Amino acid sequence: MEFWFSEFHTPDVKHSIRFNEHLYSKQSAFQRIDIFDTPEFGRVLTLDGNVMLTERDEFIYDEMITHVPMAVHPGVKNVLVIGAGDGGVVRELTRYDRVERIDLIEMDPLVIEACRAYLPGNACRMDDRRVHITFGNALKEIRHCENEYDLIIVDSTDPFGPSEGLFTKEFYGICYNALREDGIMVNQQGSPFYAEDAKAMQRSHKRIASTFPISRVYQAHIPTYAAGYWTFGFASKKYHPIDALDVEAWLKLNLKTRYYTPHLHKGAFYLPAFVEEMLLEVENEIQ
Amino acid sequence: MNTKNYRLDQRKAPIYEALERFRQMRVVPFDVPGHKHGKGNPELTEFLGKQCVGVDVNSMKPLDNLCHPISVIREAEDLAADAFGAAHAFLMVGGTTSSVQSMVLSVCKHGDEIILPRNVHRSVINALVLCGAVPVYVNPEMDERLGISLGMKREQVAKAIKEHPKAVAVLVNNPTYYGICSDLRAIVKMAHDAGMLCLADEAHGTHFYFGSGLPVSAMAAGADMAAVSMHKSGGSLTQSSLLLCGPNVHADYVRQIINLTQTTSGSYLLMSSLDISRRNLALRGREMFHTVTDIAEYARDEVNAIGGYYAFGKELCNGDSVFDFDTTKLSIHTLDIGLAGIEVYDILRDEYDIQIEFGDIGNLLAYISMGDRMQEVERLVSALAEIRRRFQKDGTGLMSNEYIEPIVACSPQEAFYAKKESLPLEETVGRICSEFVMCYPPGIPILAPGEKITKSILDYIIYAKGKGCSMTGPEDPEILHLNVIKEKKKGTK
Repeated sequence: MEFWFSEFHTPDVKHSIRFNEHLYSKQSAFQRIDIFDTPEFGRVLTLDGNVMLTERDEFIYDEMITHVPMAVHPGVKNVLVIGAGDGGVVRELTRYDRVERIDLIEMDPLVIEACRAYLPGNACRMDDRRVHITFGNALKEIRHCENEYDLIIVDSTDPFGPSEGLFTKEFYGICYNALREDGIMVNQQGSPFYAEDAKAMQRSHKRIASTFPISRVYQAHIPTYAAGYWTFGFASKKYHPIDALDVEAWLKLNLKTRYYTPHLHKGAFYLPAFVEEMLLEVENEIQ
Repeated sequence: MNTKNYRLDQRKAPIYEALERFRQMRVVPFDVPGHKHGKGNPELTEFLGKQCVGVDVNSMKPLDNLCHPISVIREAEDLAADAFGAAHAFLMVGGTTSSVQSMVLSVCKHGDEIILPRNVHRSVINALVLCGAVPVYVNPEMDERLGISLGMKREQVAKAIKEHPKAVAVLVNNPTYYGICSDLRAIVKMAHDAGMLCLADEAHGTHFYFGSGLPVSAMAAGADMAAVSMHKSGGSLTQSSLLLCGPNVHADYVRQIINLTQTTSGSYLLMSSLDISRRNLALRGREMFHTVTDIAEYARDEVNAIGGYYAFGKELCNGDSVFDFDTTKLSIHTLDIGLAGIEVYDILRDEYDIQIEFGDIGNLLAYISMGDRMQEVERLVSALAEIRRRFQKDGTGLMSNEYIEPIVACSPQEAFYAKKESLPLEETVGRICSEFVMCYPPGIPILAPGEKITKSILDYIIYAKGKGCSMTGPEDPEILHLNVIKEKKKGTK
């Protein structure tokens, strides 16, 4: 007998993972949360049927969304993390001694509860004394926040569900306002490959690029996400993502990583021609 | 379930049920519409969906006939009347414009006077053009800070009634676009004591009939007729509406009036949407509008916490010209951030992909309804906070709305059909306008046919155009010219 979990990456493309056990399934006020145990990817977390993370490849996402800005900004003390209820981003951030405070805003308390119970590899640092968790809508929670954070990491679901508000211009503007004068915002920006995802990626790039003086996109290879190919947005008030990278300083921290390296850091900003073209197209629309 | 006691079983939806039966019978159509359940127009079917075009059908015995309802439409009208506490209800398919016009045409004829506030919707004055009745305007109070028209004061209505004892009716906005209510019960009593009818334009008041803690509805206040925009807060399809009558109105005569102008091919999409929405309101309206009120109150508090904006609410109530306030309305005064309401309206759409109901010179209105969720409200509030941060200006030179008292030189009908000439805007001062000029929305005329054009009216039109208000009404789409009544040559008197 075989059990398969399938996710449509487009109406005509289906990605399936065989699972042994359906460990968790609950409908929260916002979404349906499931956790599967799979032979290939270990435990898999899905929200509304979309793969959020697998034990096998989450390190790629969590390292790339965290270490890229951390290697650029030398003085990150206060970090705001939006979404990321699984704890992977928090786990990476707590490896830096210079981080003094991590505020995490998660919309859905059940996600944190489920991940604490079933994904200890991700949730292991959620009880770090520097971590402060707020449940709520990020648009509301940081609306009046000004000049407070050195880094904001936006780890949202895709822009078609309950996270839609985290892909809007008002949200990026509020993040800009909540950042210090040398602050950085990093967000997951979806896949540039399939048409619908690509459009969403363009749209959010346009909104970020018209909000921040520096806005660049970088990429990573993530097997269980649509097309296995993912992008992140790097938006910054002061630091350039490559020029300001301090390789020596980062190496001195002696952090062991499995995907991120300072060399890959530079390479990740060199994009395929079709992606460059897509970004340029919307950059040209900004007056 | 609602706690209200209805006479009829509000779980029924006779038009909807008849359409379901009709669908199951798989009737072969050799009647109009010619698209024949969509088969003849595949592109339309693809766009609107099979389900939708399949019930776009014509009147027939099992589905009744809107012009002369005797079965399922009649039942749906009885259910609507019961739900709204009216003696009779008419399903309307020409928008609330047709409800308002039928209401006015039912009570006025050529030369009759009708008492009304000047901030009526154009449909009211359109009806006067059609029937030749003469408006007697009660100046609505203005709120000086906000620059919005308020309701009618009781003493002003009493004065108008005294000065025009032969007027046939008093018409009241219940509420205005901004959510402001006059003392409807008192006005009904004054009208009835003077032998006049009381009519209510309730284009923005459907929810008054179902929510709790909301202003009184026209039927509950004893008004004789009310035009109710079901497609606004009631949730039905655009262009569907209701006309309600109290016990003193001869409903069969009203039906004849409606049939003067209403289509003989009433849309079953619109009628079924009225039927289903009425059922929904009767069964669940109370909780739904409770939620809507909560959302609007939350948004009001959050917008006021931003600073600069003023989202006004019940504190405006003064017992007279603001007798009550509809707390589901989210109206926001913007001049204190140095931007006109229409400018914020445009920025919200262009920069933030948020479409709101309207913006005028000093205010904007975000429409909150049963379809809203908190996550979108957070977007709206955050976008407003961002607009303040990014676009705030020194507000000097911004104009506030002012009430410009109309000088009615002749009846709207006389002016509309008079010999006229088209003049460049700036040359029209002192002349009598023969057409409408308004910002749409809200669609309240700045000038109506028969009114004298003054310098301050022209200044207002030019300013509103400059700020980006969508102006409508005149023949000249650019609004560089206005039609005015031709003056007799000097010496030819």
